[in-house]
Order: sequence, then C-alpha cells, then structure tokens
Amino acid sequence: MTLKEFWHRLGSPRWFYQISGPFGWVFGSLAMALLVIGTYWGLAVAPPDYQQGNSFRIIYVHVPSAILAQSAYMLMGAAGLVLLVWRMKLADMVLAATVPFGMSMTALALFTGAVWGKPTWGAWWVWDARTTSMLVLLFLYIGLYALRQAVPRQEAAGRACAVLAVVGVVNIPIIKYSVDWWLTLHQGATFKLTESPSMPPEMWLPLLVNVLGFYCFFGANLVGRLRLEILRREHGTAWVQELMAGGRT
Amino acid sequence: MNGGLATAKPGTLFIAQLRRELTSTLRSLAEALNPLVFLFLAITLFALGAGGDPETLGAYAPAIIWVLVLLANQLSLEAMFRRDFEDGTLEQLLLLARPLFIPILAKVCAQWCVTGLAMTLLSPIAAMMLYLPLDALGVTMLTLLTGSPAITLIGAVGAALTVGLRRGGVLLALLVLPLFVPTLIFGAGAIMQAVAGMGTSAQIYWLMAISMLSLTIGPFAVQAALRISLEQ
Amino acid sequence: MSFGSLPEFFAMGGHGLYVWLSYGAALLVVFFNAAWVRFARRRYLREAADRTQRSSAAMQAAQETESGRL
Repeated sequence: MTLKEFWHRLGSPRWFYQISGPFGWVFGSLAMALLVIGTYWGLAVAPPDYQQGNSFRIIYVHVPSAILAQSAYMLMGAAGLVLLVWRMKLADMVLAATVPFGMSMTALALFTGAVWGKPTWGAWWVWDARTTSMLVLLFLYIGLYALRQAVPRQEAAGRACAVLAVVGVVNIPIIKYSVDWWLTLHQGATFKLTESPSMPPEMWLPLLVNVLGFYCFFGANLVGRLRLEILRREHGTAWVQELMAGGRT
Repeated sequence: MNGGLATAKPGTLFIAQLRRELTSTLRSLAEALNPLVFLFLAITLFALGAGGDPETLGAYAPAIIWVLVLLANQLSLEAMFRRDFEDGTLEQLLLLARPLFIPILAKVCAQWCVTGLAMTLLSPIAAMMLYLPLDALGVTMLTLLTGSPAITLIGAVGAALTVGLRRGGVLLALLVLPLFVPTLIFGAGAIMQAVAGMGTSAQIYWLMAISMLSLTIGPFAVQAALRISLEQ
Repeated sequence: MSFGSLPEFFAMGGHGLYVWLSYGAALLVVFFNAAWVRFARRRYLREAADRTQRSSAAMQAAQETESGRL
C-alpha cells in the first residue's frame, strides 16, 4: 500500500476500526512491559543522584509526562490541520480523543514537577521557564476542552477546535522561547538531539524506557478512544449495526 | 451595495468597510470607549490597593500597564463581530465579499484604532499615574504600538471562534490570554529594561515580528473561524 | 540494586513522601486513562444493546397489535 492509498483509506473510519484492533493490544502490552521495567529500574536499580539524593527518581515520571504533554499538543495541531484541509473525520476524532489525555499528562507533569521542586529548590512552585511553559500549555488544553463543550453542533465544534489547535501550535514555539528567555533557572534539557546527555547511562536509560512506555500508553489509549468514538459516531451505519448484533470484539 | 461587495477592487472594499466600521463606532462612542475607561479604572484600583506607594507602583508599573491593556482589550473583543453577527451583516459579508480577508482586515484595523492605538496614545497618562519613570515612556509607547496589532489580531481569531456562543466573553478570555504570553513578556520586559537603562531593541524586534506573523496568518484564521461559526 | 532493604526503599533516603506522591499520581493518571476507556466502551455497548432490545420489543408489540386487529 502506498502512502497515498493509506491516506485515502484513513478517510474511512470503518477501515481504521477494522485494522486498529491488534494495534491497541500491541501498544497496550508494550506500554505495560516498558513501564514496569522502566519504573523498577528507575526506582530501585539506578544509583541515587550525587546532589539530589533519591528525590531525583521523580524524573522517571516527570520527564515522560512533560514530553507526552507537548507531543500530544503537536499531534492535535497536526490533526487540526488535517481536519481543516482534508475534512478527514478521523482527524476530528484524534483531536477530541487527545485533549483529555494531554491534559492529564500536563497536570501530572506540573504536579510531579512541583513535588520534585520542594526538596530540590525548597519551594513547591517557582516561576521558571519550564514550569511556566507547562502551565500555559495546560491553559491551552483547557481552552480546547472548553471550546468543544461550548459549541453546540459537533461538526462545527470539531472544526473550531481545529482552528484553535493550529493557532496554538504556531504560538507554542514563540511562547516557549519568550518564557525561556524571560525566566531561567531550570536545568538544561536531559536529551538534546546533538549533544550527549549530562547524566550517566545508568540514569538515563531507564528514563528512555519510561518515555517509550508512556508513548506506547498514549498509542494504546488513543486507539481505544478512537474505536469507541467511531462506534458512537457511525452507529447508524450498517456495518456498525452488524458488528454490535454479532457481539463484536 | 451587495453587488459592490463581490466586484469592488480590494482597495475600495477596504476603505468602504473601514469607513462603515468607524462610522458605527462613532455612533456608539460611549460603548467603544468603555474599555479605555476600564483601563484607567483598573489602574486606579491598583494604585489604591498598593496604598498609593510610589516605589511599589513604580516597580510594578510595566507589568500593571501591560496586563491591564490585555484585559481591557478583552472587553472590546467580544463585541467585535457580535453586532454584525446579530443583524445578519456578517453572514452577507461571508457570502458575498471577495476576497474576504479585505473586509476582515478593515474590521481588525478599526478595532485596533479604538483599542490598541488609543491605549498607546493614552499610555503617558497611565505611566504618570503609576509613577513609571518618564524616560521609559518612549519605550512604553513603542511596545504598545508594536505589540497591539498582535493583540488585536490574535484576539480577533478568538472573537471569531466564539461569536454567537452564549457567554462567549469568558471563554474568549480563556482561549486568547495564553496566546498573549509572548507579547506580554516582551512588552513588559522591554519597559523594565528601559527603566534599568538597558537596551530594548531585541524585545521591540520580537514584538514587531509577532505582529507581522499575526498580520500574515490572522486574517485567514479569522476567515476560517467565521465560516465555522456561521456554519458555512 | 541501590537499596539495602525494603524499609530503605520506602524511605528513599528521607525523600519518600515526594517520590511516592509523584509515582502515586502517575499511577492514578495511567490507571484512570486506561480504566475510563474500558468503562466507557462497556457502558456504551450495554446501552446500545438495551436500545436495540427495547426497539425490537416495541416492534414486536406493534406487529402483534396489528395482527390482533386483523
């Protein structure tokens, strides 16, 4: 199947439903395995940090959730663009499904960041670049959620959120840069694309495992939500009726 | 006039729409000036809250001015498309005007005159009320002048998305205020640097860049949002 | 292993509260996201099944009334 064919196929929620079942299981199992391994590795095996002691282990849930929070928003921006340009129903569903997940990731990143901050910097909350950007990101998510609730018709709500998501994604680099320039206290990024991490491998390997685990979890969750949403929206069609009558998977 | 919408030259279309906007603003001038009144009322509240202390107010003046400018803008944004939405003019505009971004640009321009431009011109008064050192006054006006187009344009996108929604005002603020963060940072930051006697060109360039970007993308985002809101 | 014993593991060198609060929150978030999907799906399918049952029962009752009248 060529990329073009694949793109056309995605326009059919039914096709996506039919092929996505196994993906849900694969992502879910991978997620569970990776998260269990990564968490155990990070909590019990990795050596404690020279300066921060054992509180640094929070990194293994804080960084993955922060990365996911931002990736999810990028995905929503892309989905919004696809919806506006190609009118793909699936894109609308991806946007709708990602908002709650992304919001919970952002909230988790903020919470774990604050909890980590207390033993490290002595305060539950500091207005530094990363925390402020994450907080603004949370407001952007809340805005998307509120807009979808406020617009009465489903199709219009989807497209309105798409516009807002695209506008948000364009703004995010500017927001991050400006906040970063304005307030800097946070440590430098652990993973830079070109430089080697400042942590030894015994410390960042479990982090990598957990990041992958969270991504797989996102995949599994997204597939699950999409499949449910497809059933909901297409419930009038023959194939869904057949599926339900036959006691579907 | 309807035929004129579809066949007029862009320049004529822009000027006609702009004239229409400014005329209707002048007719309900009191309503149009409310946000400005709010700005100075809120400054008064800050001054009272801080006990009129020159040092406190002077130190926070950059932040207070910029944040209140953002909030005062919010108040007028909701009304930006509402009147035309309610009497059907907006729908006509969407159906007939080609290219659509021209009358939208004219609307945004009119909105900016009554808010951003007006606030820039009145900012010396605000600066004096808040004990902002007067050698930072030029920078204050410059930041407002270069930052307010971005505020009006980004705000217009939010207004277009929420026109016709019940209680759209608060939702509008929620949608649009996070997007103002960079403008606020560079604006207030520039004034603070000016007070400290340091260079501010970087921030001003950033503000201009953000406004340029908003000017390029904004009208089309507003167009898309209006079509969605009027379900076309 | 970085810890000598289980009590040491739980204490996390004095930072136990922070570490377990964070991991607890993460566990809750993961759990709720996963559980919500399964719960919502089951509920939807149950409701859909109820609806089809009720509508087919209604159709049957309508048919019986029709044949009763004939």
